[in-house]
Amino acid sequence: MTSRDILVIDDEEVITGAVTRICTAEAMSVDAASSGAAALKLLESRCYRLIVCDIMMTDVDGFQFLAEAARRNIATPIVMATGYSTVENAVRSLSCGAVDFIPKPFTADELLAVVRRGIRCGQLQRLAATPSEEPPDTLAYVPCPSKYYRLGYISWVLVEHEGTALVGITDLFLKTIDGVGGFVLSPVDDDVVQGESCASVLSLDGATHAVMCPLSGRIVEVNPAPAADPTVVEKDPYFEGWLYRILPSELDPDLKQLIPCSSDRL
Amino acid sequence: MLGKKIGFKLTVAVGVTALVTISVFAYINSRSYNKSLLAEVERHANQLSETVRSSTEYDMLLNQRERIHESIARMGNQRSIERIRVMNKAGTIIYSSDAEEIGRMVDKAGESCYMCHSAGRPLERLEMQERTRVFRLKPDAPRTLGIINPIYNAPSCWTAACHAHPQSQIVLGVLDVTMPLAEVDKDIRAARIEIVIFAISAIFALSLIVGVFVKRWVDVPVEELLRATQRIGDGDFNYRIPENRDDELGLLAKTFNTMTQRLSEARLQLFQSDKMASLGRLAAGVAHEINNPLTGVLTYSSFLLKRTKDQPELQEDLKVIVRETIRSREIVKSLLDFARQSVPKKTEADINEVIARAAVVVENQLTLNNVKLVQELDPALPRAVVDANQMQQVFINLFVNAADAIGAKGGTIHVSTTSMSLSPVGITQIKKALCPKRHNLVDNEVRIDGKPSIRIKARSNGNEGFVYLNSIYGAGGHHHGIVLDANKEVQLACPECSISLLCPGRTCPDCGSAVYTFEVPPRGMVEGCARKGCDWQRWEAVDTSGQREYVEARVRDDGCGIAEDQLSKIFEPFYSTKGQKGNGLGLAVIWGIIDNHNGTISVESEVGVGTTFIIRIPVRA
Repeated sequence: MTSRDILVIDDEEVITGAVTRICTAEAMSVDAASSGAAALKLLESRCYRLIVCDIMMTDVDGFQFLAEAARRNIATPIVMATGYSTVENAVRSLSCGAVDFIPKPFTADELLAVVRRGIRCGQLQRLAATPSEEPPDTLAYVPCPSKYYRLGYISWVLVEHEGTALVGITDLFLKTIDGVGGFVLSPVDDDVVQGESCASVLSLDGATHAVMCPLSGRIVEVNPAPAADPTVVEKDPYFEGWLYRILPSELDPDLKQLIPCSSDRL
Repeated sequence: MLGKKIGFKLTVAVGVTALVTISVFAYINSRSYNKSLLAEVERHANQLSETVRSSTEYDMLLNQRERIHESIARMGNQRSIERIRVMNKAGTIIYSSDAEEIGRMVDKAGESCYMCHSAGRPLERLEMQERTRVFRLKPDAPRTLGIINPIYNAPSCWTAACHAHPQSQIVLGVLDVTMPLAEVDKDIRAARIEIVIFAISAIFALSLIVGVFVKRWVDVPVEELLRATQRIGDGDFNYRIPENRDDELGLLAKTFNTMTQRLSEARLQLFQSDKMASLGRLAAGVAHEINNPLTGVLTYSSFLLKRTKDQPELQEDLKVIVRETIRSREIVKSLLDFARQSVPKKTEADINEVIARAAVVVENQLTLNNVKLVQELDPALPRAVVDANQMQQVFINLFVNAADAIGAKGGTIHVSTTSMSLSPVGITQIKKALCPKRHNLVDNEVRIDGKPSIRIKARSNGNEGFVYLNSIYGAGGHHHGIVLDANKEVQLACPECSISLLCPGRTCPDCGSAVYTFEVPPRGMVEGCARKGCDWQRWEAVDTSGQREYVEARVRDDGCGIAEDQLSKIFEPFYSTKGQKGNGLGLAVIWGIIDNHNGTISVESEVGVGTTFIIRIPVRA
């Protein structure tokens, strides 16, 4: 089976062309498919490190493609892209198993940041799935605790007894970034919306990585720790490294869109 | 067409009834008149007959035949008497006013003899009615009344000197008097004609009067209703029936007008939501179609920008392309946000600063149009919790509208700010309402003044329907989807689980009626009077919170003004007075933004003088 870096699926030639051109320039091998069927055909003979898939295509839509890929046990991480970039589409993509979401139109840097994160995410997942004799402290990444919910592999929520919820970034997302340099956080009393960016991670290479908020509501508290020491988030992403305490506005419908972390341990 | 009209049918029905009644009355009346007249003549004839008999009796006893002849002839000459004759037992006419028939025999079957001789044996005693008869001598002759008077044997007769009659004889002869009925018949005819004339004119007059009133009370209002239904059917929802009657049709007109108003409101809402839905679909389609080509531009230009770091002359141009493409991306995103009515991102902001920033944006445009923007901003204005970007859009839109209203002649826009404390009653909106079983009572379908209403099931007097409460606390103006009698008891319940919303033991302090209650989380309970017409409400959390602080901004222009009939429509989406220049969304978007901030926007305008928009935003959201 031939191994390639990226498969880009889009019915618009200008998109596949642009993705091919940008990724090839970064020394990645790229295949393009103009439909879901063509992509599945390519996937029969080749394996890829990452798939970039459009949501609105002529034969199947992106969600059907995600379901078909899962059915065929294709482990390749999939990044969804769409011109109709609504919060609903982003959240649905992530809850259907996509590792990331990129709204069109995007710049070359935005594309490369997502692609690199996606490839790294695939590597880490493969590493975690491979049985190893290494001691547990060198785990590929730490999965989120069982009472938590996650939005794709990006952010997590812990509903507290008081009705508030803690929000943070998953270890996998942090690990896909080439060295965390700092955080840009929203102030208290800001309203946040599920699926929209609520914070940014600045990586050491100068790129900005937007973090999609897993929950809609109002920020009631911002963790001061990351501002003082960004490494606290990397060291303890699920407890000390939380970002916001949120008063959820629509907790139940929002939770339905999220993946319970307990399901990761089955 | 005429035959199908309700008024015509009613008039005909009344006319036919009158015709039958009056005809029967006239017939009976005519007959009884006829009878009484004839009875009178009969009585008169009888009297006459008796007079003739008694006046000739003495002469007969004396057997003075000449004198009898003379008396009968004289009496027979009277105009009201046709003939007087006396017949003996054998039927020979012995005296007569008509001298020619004296000595003739009378036929026993003749009209004057028939009465007594119709049976086998002649009758000896006759009642008065039996002694009279009405007959015609010839078929074409006028009627005649005849009365016969038997002359009985008396002791004086058989003891008289002439000894003409033996004692054994009972009836000696018959006195027959006939009278012409020509005069009487003439009277009867005249009376009959009179009755017929009276009947016809009565029927005619009755029909006419009924017709006039039916026309006034039924035809005219029914036609008015008919015209209204046609007008509304043709799409004129502003048509109203004059409500100047207090009968059932007046009530119908009132109900009809209310129905039309509701219909028009529902239609408007449907129209608006339909338009918003189409706009949403349009925006989604446009976003998708434009984002793909934009991706091409943005990826290639940003890629080139990365690759040409060593060519500064290219870098500058490429940066412009990337920057402008990213700007286009933001425009498309805001189009999508508009279609989805994005949630405001509120932070504490200085409205004065927001206004100043908006003024900078429109500065050039205003200067070009020769419009001066005068800012009278209150420096002590408290900071308010708003979405600064959305509020900026509000002021930009208002300034641009004001400049358009001023036109080419130039003018001034005054923008002023001030803070004020307002009572929450009549301003605060109830956004959530729950029944005791926590069912949502807020209804987005039926809106009052553009805001969702609170839907409650009402049952009264066997009728069941819905009452829609105004969601503005204390503002009144509730809609009743059911006819409620203000004096009848009404049951109010949750439309979903039918749990009663009435508060047992509590009564309205204004009118003493029952009180309903529902929960407004997280701000406690709202109570209100259940009686239609009483607007009493109580919301402790709001009442005790005291006055609320508001920031007020006024934007006043000296432009062309807005006509009164357009004022109610200007906040509707796609309503534009600017023709091709505007898309009709500006004020609709403003209204939506202010509503999202729990604020109010109102407008005062006079044609030719200018327009003032007044915005009030609560300082704390």
